[in-house]
Amino acid sequence: MSEPASTATVVGTITVPGEQLPRVELSATAVSTLRELWDEFGPLMFHQSGGCCDGSSPMCFPAGEFITSDRDVLLGRLDIAPAGAESRLIEFWISAEQFEYWSHTFLTVDVVPGRGSGFSVEAPRGVRFLIRSRLMDSFA
Amino acid sequence: MTVYSKPGTPGSLVTFKPRYENWINGGWVKPVKGQYFEDISPVDGKPFAEVARGTAEDIELALDAAHRAAPAWGKTTATERAAVLNRIADVIDANLEMLAVAETWDNGKPIREPLNADLPLASDHFRYFAAAIRSQDGDHAELDNDTVSYQFHEPLGVVGQIIPWNFPILMAVWKLAPALAAGNAIVMKPAEQTPVSIMVLIELIGDILPPGVLNIVNGFGLEAGKPLASSPRIRKIAFTGETTTGRLILQYASANIIPATVELGGKSANIFFSDVAQEQDSFYDKAQEGFVLFAFNQGEVCTAPSRALLQKPIYESFLATAVERTRKAIQGNPLDTDTQVGAQASNDQLEKILSYIDIGKQEGARLALGGERVDLGGDLSGGYYVEPTIFEGNNKMRIFQEEIFGPVLAVTSFTDYEDAISIANDNLYGLGAGVWSRNGNVAYRAGRDIHAGRVWINNYHHYPAGAAFGGYKSSGIGRENNKLALGHYQQTKNLLVSYSEKPLGFF
Repeated sequence: MSEPASTATVVGTITVPGEQLPRVELSATAVSTLRELWDEFGPLMFHQSGGCCDGSSPMCFPAGEFITSDRDVLLGRLDIAPAGAESRLIEFWISAEQFEYWSHTFLTVDVVPGRGSGFSVEAPRGVRFLIRSRLMDSFA
Repeated sequence: MTVYSKPGTPGSLVTFKPRYENWINGGWVKPVKGQYFEDISPVDGKPFAEVARGTAEDIELALDAAHRAAPAWGKTTATERAAVLNRIADVIDANLEMLAVAETWDNGKPIREPLNADLPLASDHFRYFAAAIRSQDGDHAELDNDTVSYQFHEPLGVVGQIIPWNFPILMAVWKLAPALAAGNAIVMKPAEQTPVSIMVLIELIGDILPPGVLNIVNGFGLEAGKPLASSPRIRKIAFTGETTTGRLILQYASANIIPATVELGGKSANIFFSDVAQEQDSFYDKAQEGFVLFAFNQGEVCTAPSRALLQKPIYESFLATAVERTRKAIQGNPLDTDTQVGAQASNDQLEKILSYIDIGKQEGARLALGGERVDLGGDLSGGYYVEPTIFEGNNKMRIFQEEIFGPVLAVTSFTDYEDAISIANDNLYGLGAGVWSRNGNVAYRAGRDIHAGRVWINNYHHYPAGAAFGGYKSSGIGRENNKLALGHYQQTKNLLVSYSEKPLGFF
C-alpha cells in the first residue's frame, strides 16, 4: 500500500550457470502485489510447485521459510524495488527434476483473483500468483 | 433425470448457514480474531456462506480440546470405536442426497458423482476401517523358552490433517477413518476453496464422537495450515496437495521429528494396447469410456488419466471414436443428474487450466477437441466451466508432464511394450496408471513395470476401500484406503518380557 502501483514488468537476473538469457519475470500486477507483501512479511522467495491440486502454482514465502537444496535450481533474482530505492531481491526456485521438464519455457509470474492454497503468503488477499509460460525460443 | 434445487431455494435439500464457525470440542466456536471469509460456489461464481478465517490461536484451541480428548479416546476398545465409525457411516447413508447437493455446491462437481461415488465410498470407508480395527491383531514372538516379545498397537495421540478441495468430504474421510479407528484425536484443516461441505457433515455426525476427538478449523494455509503442520503438539501430520507445500510439511515434520504422510499428485498414463480394438464389443466400449474418464470430476483428480498412450496400429481409429464420445459429454448445471462435466472448483484453477491450454498450443500440440472456457449462460454464467479438451503431442511437452487438474487430456502413440513403459515412466510422478489389454500376461507385466502406486488393469477410477492408494517417486509417501493406513496412525509398543528367575550373569 505504501508503494506506488508498478506499471512495469521486472525481468529476473540470469542465475542458471552457463546461460545467456533470463528465465523468469514478474508482471506489473505481480510487482505491485509483491511490494505490498514485502511490506507485510519482509523479504520474500518463490518456489515453483508441481503435482496435484494447487500444483504448478508459484508459492511465495518469507525468504528462508522454504529450505532449498542442491536439488533445486535458482531460476533468477527479481528486484521489486521502485526506481531509486534500495533493492528488494526475490529469488525464484524450482526443483531440479521439474526444471528438466520446464527448461524450454520462460515463466511470467502473474496475479489472478482466486482462493489460494498451500501456504503461499498472498492467499488471504483473495488473489493467487499464476505462471504464464512461453517458449524460450520465442523469447528475443 | 432429476434437477436438484439450488441450496437455500424452496424445495432444496440444503440450506446453508449464513456463517460457519470452527468446530472445536464438540461445538461451534467463533474464531478468536473474529475474521471470516466468503465461500464461493464454482457453480455460479457467487458467495453463499461465510466461513471462519482461523489462525494460530484457533489451532491452539483445537489442539487443547484434542489433547483433553485423546487419552480417554485412545483407551476405548476397538469394539467401541468401530461402533462409532459404523454409526457415522449410517448417518452419511441416511443423508446421502443432502450431502451430495452440499458437495456439488461447494465444489462444482456434477451431482451424479457425489451421489454414486464420493458419498457411498465415504460411508463404506468408515465401515472398512471399523472392520479393519476390529480385526487388527497385535503380535508376539517367543524369542526363547523364557523370553517373549509382545507388540501392541497404540494410537499416536493428537494428529493434524490437511485436506484438498477436489473431493472435500471423501478426502477428509480417507484421513479421518483410519485415524479415528486407531484411537487418535484430530485437528483438521479443510481446503479454503471448499470449506463448507465438511462442516455440513460434522453438523450431522458431531454428537456421535466424544467432544474434542475431531476438531475442524477453517482458514488459509498460511494462517491456519502452517500453525497446525508446524505445531510441536501434533504427533503426526497428513497432507494431500502439491509438491512445494508437501516439502514444506515434511520440513516442519522434521523439525518436530514426527512422521508425515503426503500425497502430492501425479500425471497418470492410461495405456491402450492394440488388442483392445480386436473386437468392437462391450470391452471396447469399456475401454473407450476408460479413455474419457480424464474428464471425471473435471479432471480434478490426483490420479486423473491425463496422459493417454495409444499403440500405433489403433491410434487413429481409437482416438477418433474417443474424441466423438468425449464431444458428447454433457456439460451443464452440476445439480442436474444428467450432467457429466461440471464446474472447476475455483477461479484460479480455471485460470491455471487456461494457461496450460495456452502452453500446449505454443508447444505445438494439436488440439483435437475443446480448448475454451464455457459460458453456460443464465444463472451459471459466472461459474468456472472449461470444455473437455484433448491434445495430441509428445511426452516432452509440459502438458504431458504436469497435472493440469482440469479436463485436459494429452494423447500420444507408442510402438511396442517397451516404448509404452518407457513413456509411462518418463515422468516425475507415480501415483496412478491404467493398462488396457485383452492379453492378461501383457497387462500384468505392464502393471508391474509401471512405477506407480496404483495401476488399474482394464478399468479406471475405482477407489474401493481395501485397495491401497499412494504414490511412488514425487507423488508422495504413505498409503491410504487400506488397513496399511492404520500403521500411519499407530505407534508400536514392544514389551520384552522375561519369564526366567535366573540373573543375566554380567555383573
